[in-house]
Amino acid sequence: MAVSHVEGHSAQTALAHHFDNMEQQREAGSIGMWVFLVQEIMFFGALFLAYSIFRAKFPEAFAAASNHLDIKLGAINTVVLIVSSLTMALAVYYAQVGNRRMQVIFLTITLLLGLTFLGIKAIEYREKYVDNLIPGSLIAGHPFNPNLEELRLPANASVHNVEMFYWIYFAMTGLHALHMIIGVGILAYLIFQARKGRYTPEYHSPVEISGLYWHFVDIVWIFLFPLLYLLGRHIGGGH
Amino acid sequence: MSEHIVQRKVYFAIFGALMVFTALTVLAAFQDLDRFFPGANTVLALTIAVIKATLVVLFFMHVRYSSRLIWVIVVAGIFWLGIMFVFTISDYLTRPSGLSP
Repeated sequence: MAVSHVEGHSAQTALAHHFDNMEQQREAGSIGMWVFLVQEIMFFGALFLAYSIFRAKFPEAFAAASNHLDIKLGAINTVVLIVSSLTMALAVYYAQVGNRRMQVIFLTITLLLGLTFLGIKAIEYREKYVDNLIPGSLIAGHPFNPNLEELRLPANASVHNVEMFYWIYFAMTGLHALHMIIGVGILAYLIFQARKGRYTPEYHSPVEISGLYWHFVDIVWIFLFPLLYLLGRHIGGGH
Repeated sequence: MSEHIVQRKVYFAIFGALMVFTALTVLAAFQDLDRFFPGANTVLALTIAVIKATLVVLFFMHVRYSSRLIWVIVVAGIFWLGIMFVFTISDYLTRPSGLSP
């Protein structure tokens, strides 16, 4: 513990007693978040696996269902999330160099981009509700009942498998959106703490590991966008 | 080993690459690549997604500058994901109905 004397006051107070030094504490935080993210990889991985199997079994129905999704909104949301990953990375950078003002600005931009994503997602969900594409009979008076002419479903494909696509679509994008909502909550907490000057070049692990989480959620969308929105575009249809 | 601070220009370069790949994946989706071989569109879309994810993991998530232990954790996660996919799909493919309806 003699080392902490030379590391200065701020380092000393930020160091939890069960760590030898700041470096070990920082590393432990990152490892903890990465172990959690590995669990998240398996969690989303199971859904991607279910998607892969059913898409392989029912390619025509999945392509027709996918072509009904709004590719413009999907692409805009992809851009929104990538920009938010950049601003999150910059927020981490400004925490590392100790620029509190810029750190708060970039955390706030990231939060606003997260809300933009969720807003666009809500518009998309509403469109699916209006078109009676919510699978099953989850909402009274709005059972799954697509407009078959608009779907342009090939004769060998079943509308039940279109419904299956929408189950997977809502399960995957819904869980992704839930992660976004949690991320926005984490960002609000970080902004609150950052404004008080809680994070310094010596201690900013919460910003760093929240960044890891935010980027992971971005990666999930990087796979969801082509798999859900783009899979059937080359075989006609879409709008 | 002290913390490596990634310079801003690295983040901007990665961001630019992610944008280019996003545009590329949308443009490619509207071309009929399946005439080259069945599933070519999907293969290209997934290849682009994997490249984008790798850039995010290595640079935005700092894995390129992280300790060996973090590398092991990341690779283990991807490896186990591979096991789940390979074992499940090989099971489907070795049954009489296979992956057809």
